Amino acid sequence: MKAPLIAKAVLSPSVLLIGVCVYGYIAFTAWLSFTASTMVPVTTLSGPEAYVRLVGLNNWLLSVKNLGIFATLYILGCGVLGLLLAVLIDQKVRAEAGFRSVFLYPMALSFIVTGTAWKWLMDPGIGLERSMHAIGWTGFAFGWVKDSDLAIYCIVIAAVWQTSGFVMALFLAGLRGVDTEVVNAARLDGARAWRIYQRVILPQLGASFISAFVILAHMAIKSYDLVIALTNGGPGRASWLPSLFMYQYTFTRNEMAVGAASAVLMLVAIAIVVVPYILRETRSGDGHG
Amino acid sequence: MAERSLKTAVSRVLPRVLLYGVLGYAALLFLMPLYVMLVNSVKPLDEIRGGDLMAWPDAFTLQPWHDAWSLAQIGVQATGLKPYFVNSFLMTLPAVLISTGIGAFNGYVLTQFRFRGAHLVFAALMFSVFIPFQIVLIPMARTLGLLHLAGTVPGLVLVHVVYGIGFTTLFFRNYYAAFPPELVRSARMDGARFFRLFFRLLLPNSVPIIVVSVIWQFTNVWNDFLFGASFSDYSSFPITVALNNLVNSSTGVKEYNVHFAAAFIAGAPTLLVYILSGKYFVRGLMAGSVKG
Repeated sequence: MKAPLIAKAVLSPSVLLIGVCVYGYIAFTAWLSFTASTMVPVTTLSGPEAYVRLVGLNNWLLSVKNLGIFATLYILGCGVLGLLLAVLIDQKVRAEAGFRSVFLYPMALSFIVTGTAWKWLMDPGIGLERSMHAIGWTGFAFGWVKDSDLAIYCIVIAAVWQTSGFVMALFLAGLRGVDTEVVNAARLDGARAWRIYQRVILPQLGASFISAFVILAHMAIKSYDLVIALTNGGPGRASWLPSLFMYQYTFTRNEMAVGAASAVLMLVAIAIVVVPYILRETRSGDGHG
Repeated sequence: MAERSLKTAVSRVLPRVLLYGVLGYAALLFLMPLYVMLVNSVKPLDEIRGGDLMAWPDAFTLQPWHDAWSLAQIGVQATGLKPYFVNSFLMTLPAVLISTGIGAFNGYVLTQFRFRGAHLVFAALMFSVFIPFQIVLIPMARTLGLLHLAGTVPGLVLVHVVYGIGFTTLFFRNYYAAFPPELVRSARMDGARFFRLFFRLLLPNSVPIIVVSVIWQFTNVWNDFLFGASFSDYSSFPITVALNNLVNSSTGVKEYNVHFAAAFIAGAPTLLVYILSGKYFVRGLMAGSVKG
């Protein structure tokens, strides 16, 4: 049915809000990144100066390098652990719902809450190190969170713990949609379980792999809360990510144009991952609407 | 012969034992941080400092919970988490209800009517759920200032409604796209107009997706930290910001037991929602990632 006026009227506030507060604000921030703004926005244009300054800043290079380490290990860690848990749970396990709930509950919690738990768990003064000493493993040392080169790996551990269950749920949904006839045929042919997974089942999970990758990559780029709660970017600035860089430069160092430029680059990175995915999803939805 | 059947029995049972062993071990690892939070929130401080985070409490005490709730120093005065817990509810409940309501209307319009640019609107809404919020922080801070909503709970409600519409519209749009068209057609034949069709036919049949949307939004808004840290002040901190200030304040003795109790208090509402309705939480996660 063609939309009556009232339908358009109902939709228009949302279109207006999203148009202004998402796309208008993106345009505004992009414009700011080409100005000479410091503490407050100014209209003096200064070309790509902020970007030139940005890519020359050690703090930015460190943030990007950390994001590279974090995103790679986070995506791989969650992907492997999530797939493994999904395959294990898919073996007609008793208490399946119980296992699933346990693996997924961290997703319901704020990163600030879980970050607090992990912060003290990984603290060499009171955490795991002490627990291992208490059970007799006196040589055990785990002080990564206090080590500039290793703090970022602590964030990986906590983030993988938090999100693996979600990836498990994604893959489990995929596994439940696998064509059982082909699997049964392969089984009758005497194929071993491992071969069936490798040759028949996993190749059918393409959509789950893509979804998992897009979600994890975009979450990695957006990661902020967990770093704040776990290391607060430290020691020093050793575990900064671009999200922390943006906040610091914009709101505490009064370099608004540089902060805006860093936000634009974060958006570009996410768009590269997400836009092809959205185009695919909305195209396949052409039957509706 | 006996040896052989023993072998087959072993080869049949052993993989199952291994399977449950691995799953059980993984489950323990996943539960460990929650366990640590809980047991250390009921220990006296010296027991944590002199002991082991994994150990069961020797001297059980509820004092850390009391301190976290009503005594801990977060703002100017030592009020505990209580006022911030209230702030979080005052922020979350309206944000959840308003964004879910708007999403339901949007989903209805986007699926039951044809108009130009519908796909563009949908794609634009969908992209909005992925953006890094750093890209809107500066202009949003200025907007809230202009509206005299900076540092207030209503300001946070507005922000969460705006950036929640993408998700809620996505939920309802996918749900209504699969709504039986013959029901809609016959209701239209009976003369149902725009609002009647929505309130009498679609909305009463939307309970599952309303629950999904409410739970998803509740979890997201309650757990938000970035907007809270950017747009609130001492009078309007949500609980996540209050918790972070408590744990990361550099002054005074680190009261680990109070921190754990505070973390548990901050996580309890969403954990409770998850335990009560995990099925819907998972549906929300899935709908947010793959087409429903």
